[in-house]
Amino acid sequence: MNVLVYLVPLALALGGLGLAAFMWAMKTGQFDDLEGAAWRAIADDDLPEEDEKKK
Amino acid sequence: MAETQDLSVFVRHPAEGVAAMDLVVEGVHCGACISTIEKGLGRENGVRGARVNLASKRVTVEWDEGALAPEAILDRLSGLGYPAYPFAARTADSVEAAEEKRLLKCLAVAAFGAMNVMLVSVALWSGAADAEGWATRDFFHWLSALIVLPTVAYAGRPFFDNALRGVRQASLNMDVPITLGVVLALLLSVAQTLQHARAAYFDSAAMLLLFLLAGRFLDSRIRRKTRDVATNLAAIKAEKAIKLIDGGEAVETPIAAVAPGDLVLARAGDRIAVDGVVEDGRSEVDQSLVTGETAAVAVAPGAMVYAGALNLSGALRVRVSHAAAGTLLDEVNALLGKAIEQRSSYVQLADRAARLYAPVVHLTALATFLAWLAMGLSWQPALVIAITVLIITCPCALGLAVPAVQVVAASAMFRHGVMLNSGDALERFADVDAIVFDKTGTLTLPQPALANSAEIAPEDLALAGSLALASKHPLAKAVAAAAGAKNPLAAHEFPGQGVTVFHEGKRLKLGSIAYCKAEAEAAEVAARWPDASLIAFRALERAVVFAIRQALRPDAREVVAGLAREGYAIEMLSGDRLVAVEEIARELAIPHFSAGLKPADKIARLKALRDEGRHVLMVGDGLNDAPALASANVSISPISAAHLTQAQADALFLGDRLAPVADALHLARKAKGLMVGNLWLSAIYNFIAVPIAILGFATPLIAALAMSGSSILVTLNALRARSAGARA
Repeated sequence: MNVLVYLVPLALALGGLGLAAFMWAMKTGQFDDLEGAAWRAIADDDLPEEDEKKK
Repeated sequence: MAETQDLSVFVRHPAEGVAAMDLVVEGVHCGACISTIEKGLGRENGVRGARVNLASKRVTVEWDEGALAPEAILDRLSGLGYPAYPFAARTADSVEAAEEKRLLKCLAVAAFGAMNVMLVSVALWSGAADAEGWATRDFFHWLSALIVLPTVAYAGRPFFDNALRGVRQASLNMDVPITLGVVLALLLSVAQTLQHARAAYFDSAAMLLLFLLAGRFLDSRIRRKTRDVATNLAAIKAEKAIKLIDGGEAVETPIAAVAPGDLVLARAGDRIAVDGVVEDGRSEVDQSLVTGETAAVAVAPGAMVYAGALNLSGALRVRVSHAAAGTLLDEVNALLGKAIEQRSSYVQLADRAARLYAPVVHLTALATFLAWLAMGLSWQPALVIAITVLIITCPCALGLAVPAVQVVAASAMFRHGVMLNSGDALERFADVDAIVFDKTGTLTLPQPALANSAEIAPEDLALAGSLALASKHPLAKAVAAAAGAKNPLAAHEFPGQGVTVFHEGKRLKLGSIAYCKAEAEAAEVAARWPDASLIAFRALERAVVFAIRQALRPDAREVVAGLAREGYAIEMLSGDRLVAVEEIARELAIPHFSAGLKPADKIARLKALRDEGRHVLMVGDGLNDAPALASANVSISPISAAHLTQAQADALFLGDRLAPVADALHLARKAKGLMVGNLWLSAIYNFIAVPIAILGFATPLIAALAMSGSSILVTLNALRARSAGARA
């Protein structure tokens, strides 16, 4: 049963980490636009030269 | 006329030296649009950044203060192919957005608490603690308390606040028994743990809050979604006024920035954007959207004109004013106050259930306590059993029964083009048994259309249409629209009379009857279309008279007939002339109608109907309908309605068709049925669970299972509001 001494705090800490991550995501506005985020992931904005060529 | 624009009212200042503006953008629907807009605006000098929100179809732009004018951003966006419209968020919206965020935070905390306490509880239920003896069990109970007590203290606040408010106002709402149940469950559990007892109910309290918060959060989210769409639509159709700054310079200004005392120019063919007194100029105005009256009214300096009126012939300068005594606006405002006062306050279904439920449950708990005492049990175990009764009857399913249906039904209505303004409108829609329609703009479309096209030769119509394009007169616009004309003739306009051109060797004229000398033909057409406005076209010897009238909504006939078949009493109350009203009533087969009504007359009629015991749905759009909408049991307006009217309506419907009104009624009936069904489901749950608790057999496992089970059952039942189509 001594295993509980560190397993229980560990479980709570992991859960708390998830909660903190959620709160942080909400505070930084990551749930404001649920549809746009899906498109931004596939946007090629890391390829600027490609963009210029098209113009 | 090229006016400069002034958008300064929409500009925010989030930081020193930074200006920002929120815009509604049309036509954004994919990732390509996002990068086009963000990069396109980013290339502009001085722009610090642009952020597209695809879900709400909005863009937020930030730029260095003074580096560029806000108008340039609008130009740039329309250059990119995305027409944009600035909007200012209402304070009420941001308050509700904050409330929604708070609910989401509470939900997250409750989910965290419930998940972790279950980790411990499942071990307890499986008997782990029995094997280990009371030390381990106590340790697990204290662990649960450590998790649940802070969770409830944080996540339960929306309920506690609401319950406190209810108690202060001496009215029982559903949150009172919920709060009582949760608080008692926790107190009892702590006391039990202190005494090394077997049963603690920490997990039940956490689960209960989780379920209820999920329901509330979804409810508030669907309401915000409909409101966002309404705000976007309002921004897109936002009218602008042409403000005359001293010296006569004309500046196009959003209405929000026009203040009483300003001088505003209303050109011929424009809708007047403000309420005010005519300072200068003579014209005729069509006030049909304001008063329902379709005949034009002549105005001269000193006359009062209202926002929404159509300026027909000459330019007017209007001094913006508050509602002055004796004007229509003043009358409407006064009546509105009275109507809201008189409105029988509707008690929501959930609150009615709570009023019935709470005393019964609390008395049952008391009776349990006394009965066990009488049977010789000492007071402590008797109290524990009594509190278990309260915990197990804590109205989890009851609290979800109504909101769950509301969420599903509101989103189903949204798909049918109906946006609900108020939460309890759904229940009131379901009770309706009489429908009162306004005529102009409600049964008919807001724009006038050509009525006698069948009697006019196509070549005349085509020629008249091309000529009509040269004029800004609304009747001419209707002719041009009917002809589908695309190529304007280079015509000369005589304001207030008509347009003329010399075309292929003929002199063509389009204008008033007198201008085209078409009195004989006009008399004939007027006899056939008594409610129409006339406009004449002359080519040499031949004269044609067009009858322009407000066209019925395309499906008005079927919808009204359908509603009458379903047993709704249908009535039409209009401010228009009797001839015009009679015509429409005959066409739609509406037996009861009244014409020439003032706003007070409409209210009186509605009151008479309500005194007969009827539940009245008022459908109207004009400024004069606002008091009637407020005094009806429930009301709905087309999205084209006057601002004041929209604010009073319980729901808005989109588009040219009338069908959403019928759909709203069907969906609401279906939803009400499901709500009542849900309330019965939770009552049945209590019939089963309460005897178990009274007899003292309710273990924490039974409590958790029963509460979650009933909540899930109620939620699944609510989902049926979605799958059932509009036709109930």
